Amino acid sequence: MSTQYTVVGTRPVRHDGADKVTGRAIYGGDFTAAGLLHGFILRSPHAHAAIKRIDVSKATAYPGVKAVVTADDMPPAPGDKIVDLGEGETPLSYVRGNVLASGKVLYKGHAVAAVAAVNPHVAEEAARLIEIDYEVLPCTLTAPDAMRDGAPILHADLRMKELGQKTDRVSNISDHFRHVMGDAEKGFAEAEVVVEGEFNTSTVHQGYIEPHNATALWNNDGRIHVWCSTQGSFVVRDATACVLDQPVSQVKVTPLEIGGGFGGKIPVYLEPVAALLSKKTGRPVRILMSRQDVFEGTGPTPGSHLKVKIGARRDGKIVAAQAWLAYEAGAYPGAMVGPGAMCVFAAYDIANVVIDGYDVVVNKPSTAAYRAPGATNAAFATETLMDELAAKLGMDPIELRLANAAKEGTRRADGPKFRKIGCVEVLQAMKNHPHYSAPLGGPNRGRGVAIGFWFNVGLPSSCTISVNADGTVNLVEGSTDIGGTRTSVAMQAAEVLGLRAEEVLPTVVDTDSVGFTGVTGGSRTTFATGWAAHDAAQDVVRQMKERAAKLWEAAPESVTCERGVYQSNGHSATFRELAARIGETSGPVVGRAAVNPRGVGGSFAGAIADVEVDPETGKTTVVRFTSVQDAGRAIHPSYVEGQMQGGSVQGIGWALNEEYFMNGSGAMVNSSLLDYRMPTALDLPMIDTQIVEVPNPAHPFGVRGVGEANIVPPPAALANAIHAAAGVRMRRLPMNPPAVMEAIWRKSTSPDS
Amino acid sequence: MQSKVHVQTTINGEPREFLCEPRQSLLECLRDTLGLTGTKEGCNDGNCGACTVTMDGRVVTSCLVLGVEAAGAEVTTVEGIARGSALHPLQRAFLENAALQCGICTPGFLVAANALLEAEPDPDEQRIRLWLANNLCRCTGYDKIIRAVQQAAREMRGANA
Ligand code: FES
Ligand code: FES
Repeated sequence: MSTQYTVVGTRPVRHDGADKVTGRAIYGGDFTAAGLLHGFILRSPHAHAAIKRIDVSKATAYPGVKAVVTADDMPPAPGDKIVDLGEGETPLSYVRGNVLASGKVLYKGHAVAAVAAVNPHVAEEAARLIEIDYEVLPCTLTAPDAMRDGAPILHADLRMKELGQKTDRVSNISDHFRHVMGDAEKGFAEAEVVVEGEFNTSTVHQGYIEPHNATALWNNDGRIHVWCSTQGSFVVRDATACVLDQPVSQVKVTPLEIGGGFGGKIPVYLEPVAALLSKKTGRPVRILMSRQDVFEGTGPTPGSHLKVKIGARRDGKIVAAQAWLAYEAGAYPGAMVGPGAMCVFAAYDIANVVIDGYDVVVNKPSTAAYRAPGATNAAFATETLMDELAAKLGMDPIELRLANAAKEGTRRADGPKFRKIGCVEVLQAMKNHPHYSAPLGGPNRGRGVAIGFWFNVGLPSSCTISVNADGTVNLVEGSTDIGGTRTSVAMQAAEVLGLRAEEVLPTVVDTDSVGFTGVTGGSRTTFATGWAAHDAAQDVVRQMKERAAKLWEAAPESVTCERGVYQSNGHSATFRELAARIGETSGPVVGRAAVNPRGVGGSFAGAIADVEVDPETGKTTVVRFTSVQDAGRAIHPSYVEGQMQGGSVQGIGWALNEEYFMNGSGAMVNSSLLDYRMPTALDLPMIDTQIVEVPNPAHPFGVRGVGEANIVPPPAALANAIHAAAGVRMRRLPMNPPAVMEAIWRKSTSPDS
Repeated sequence: MQSKVHVQTTINGEPREFLCEPRQSLLECLRDTLGLTGTKEGCNDGNCGACTVTMDGRVVTSCLVLGVEAAGAEVTTVEGIARGSALHPLQRAFLENAALQCGICTPGFLVAANALLEAEPDPDEQRIRLWLANNLCRCTGYDKIIRAVQQAAREMRGANA
C-alpha cells in the first residue's frame, strides 16, 4: 500500500454491502410495476432455416394473452445503416435481426416471436401455439467448415473484406486482416529453434448467474422507460432507440443491480421486445430469460482455430513469430479476432511478425465480449509454445519470457508502441513468488506458468458530486456496479476531498440523470469513472476554496487545501466545518466532470498453476494456483484480488471443463448448469494473488484496470502444468478427462514415445 | 388457468399465507407472490443454488420445491438471516472479506453457510467447500467466500464459548 494516500489502497466495506447481504438490493429480475405483464420469447428450434410463414392467431386468442409480436412489428431496417453501440460499428440490420429474426433464423435459440400475458406460464403456453413453417437449411458450425468453398452461407448480402478492401466474394468470412512487422520469412530463416502448433478452443459462455431480464413501459406520452440489468445503461438506451427507430431522448434506462456480466451483458436482447409488447398493450412488460435461453440465445465467446509458430535463436531471443487466427463470430460478424490478433504476441518484443485474422460467421449464437475478449484463445496457443520453446532451449520458462518481455517503447505488430507497462515486473514477481520454487508435493503433479495481456479501454464517463451540510458528499455516476465499483470510484473522490470512503455516498442513476457513461467493461470503470470522480472532486475543492475565501474575506487563490483542511492567512477549517457553512456563502456546491480519457494503461497478468493428473481417468485437479497482475494502482486491494481470483477461476473452467457441446444439427446439448459445468467451490483450491503496482502515469492515481487480463493466462498455464505432470501436450480446450486420457493413451502407444 | 391453492406456512418466523397454482415453485411464490425477492433465480432447475432457502432446517433449492409443499413448513430465506437491525456474523464477514462481487449468489451462499454453521460450528475448509458445492458463484472464485465463512465460524464459536 502506498503511504502517499489515506483512502486509496485501503479496504472499506462497500457502500451497497448491507443491501446485498440482506436480500434488499433490487436486481433487474426483482423489479415489478403496477399492471405488470409477463413476456416470453419463442426461439428457433433449428440452427439454420428460412421462415416461410408465421401464424400467431392461436396464441393471440389464448386466454390471458395481451399481445404477440414478431419482427414485422419492428420498424423496417433502413437499408445499410451502420450503428456504433459501444463495441465498434455494426449494421443496424444485424442488431435488429438478432433481437427478432426476420426471414431466416441463424442459430438454434434465435428469437422469433414474443408473447405478453398475465403471467409467465400463460405467455409460454401461448407462445408454443405460434405456428411457424421453417425450411430447414444445412448448417455450418465451425470456422474451418464455414470458410470452405461450398459451405452453407449465412448472409447472402455479406461480402468478404480482404486486407482492408471490400470484395465481391459472398462468404462466411466477414473479414480477413493482416498485421505485418519486419520480415517474418527472413526471421524464421535466422531462427535456430522453431516451435509450432495448431490449437482449438471451444465456444464457452460468460456464465453469469443472473439470467438476462428487462422490463419496459412504452408510456402514453411516447417515452420508453426500460429497467434492466446491464453493463451499460447508455448502450441499452442507444441500442433500444436504434432498433425501435426512436430518438435517444425518447428512451430512459434505469439500470438495476446486475448479477454478473463479464462482457455478456452489453448487447440488447430483450429490451426492444419488451418495449414493443408494451406499446401493443399499454402496460409494462417484463421478460426474464431461462438458463437455456441464456446459453442458446445470448453471446458466448468465440470458438477459435489457431496456428502459431515461433522461432528463436539458441540464446533464447525470439526472432520471428507467425499466427493464423480464425474465430467463430456466431450468427453475425464481430468475433473479437481483432483484439485476439492485437494480443497474441503482445507480451513479447519480436522484430518479425505476421498475423492473419479471420472473422467467420457460423450457425451458433452471436458472440459477445467475454473478459479480455479474444486474448485468452490467442494466449493458449502462444504461451503453450513458449513452454515448448523453453524446454527445447533448456531455459527456465520465466527466464525465457523475461529475455523477450515487452517494455516501454516495444512496438506491437498491430502498430502501437507500449507506454509504461508492467510485463517485466509481473514476470519478476512470478519468479520470486514462493509458489514458483515450492515442492510439488506428490506424484503425477506438474507446474505450469503463462502470462497474458489486455489493453483495457477508456470511453467516456460522467460524474457529479454535491456537498451535504453534514460534511458528506453525494456522488452520482452512470457506471453500473458489478463488483464493487461504487466503492472504488467513491474512494478516489474521497482521496481528493480528504474524506473517508464512507463519507462519499455513491448512487448509480438512470440515463436521464447523469452524463453519457460507457459500459462497465474493458476494465474501465475504476479507471475512467474513477477519473471522472477525481476531477469532479477537484471541482468541489475549487468551489470550496471560493466559499472559504468568501467566509474569510480572503482572495480565492490564497486558500489552500491539504487532505480536506482549508487554510488561508491564519484561518483554518475542515471540509465538514466549511460544508456546514455553505448556506452562508451562496447556493449549493456541486462539482461535475465528464471525461473521455486517453492514457489507458494495459495490464499484464501471470499465472502459476500446479495440477495433479489422474493417470487412470485423465482428470486434472488444480492443487495450487497463484495469480499475479499489474493493477497500476490498487484502489481497493480486496476487489482487485477478487477480480484476479474470479478471472482465474473462469480461466480454469474454460481450460478444464466448459464447452458448448453441439450436435450435428447445431443444437447445444448441454444447455443447463448441470451439463455445462462451471467450477464449484469443491473443484478448487484457494486462489493466491499478488498485486503488482506499476502506476499508469496517465491516470491521477495510476490506475490501469484489473477486470480482464487475469483470465488470459490460466488455460495455457494449466496446459503447461498438465504437460509437466503427464507428459502430454494439449492443443485443444477444454482439457477435460477424455481429452487428457486420449492424449495419454496416444503417447503410450506411439512408437516414438 | 388453473385454480389456486391456499397455503399456510411460516417464513422467517412469521406466519404467512398465500395462494398459488399447484405448478408454481416455492421460488416463484416467494418472489412474485410474497415479494421476497432476496431469493434469486439463476437456473430454475436446481443447479446454481441462487434460490437456496431452508425448509424445516434442511437446505433446499426453492426452484425445485412446489409452493404447495411449503404448507405447514418453516421456511428461512436470506431476509431472515439478520438479527433484527444487526447483521448476522456471516453477513458481516461477507462484507469485510469482500466475498461478493455482483452479489446475485450471495443470498444462497448465506443461507447455505448459515445452515452449515448451525450443523457444524467448526468446519474445515474441505467441509465448507462441500457444503457450498451446490452454490455457484461466477465472480469470486470462492476464495473470499470460504474465508468469510471461516471468519464467521471463528467469531460465532468465540461468542458461544
Ligand atoms: S434457481 Fe434454483 S438452483 Fe438455480
Ligand atoms: S458474486 Fe457474482 S456470482 Fe457470486
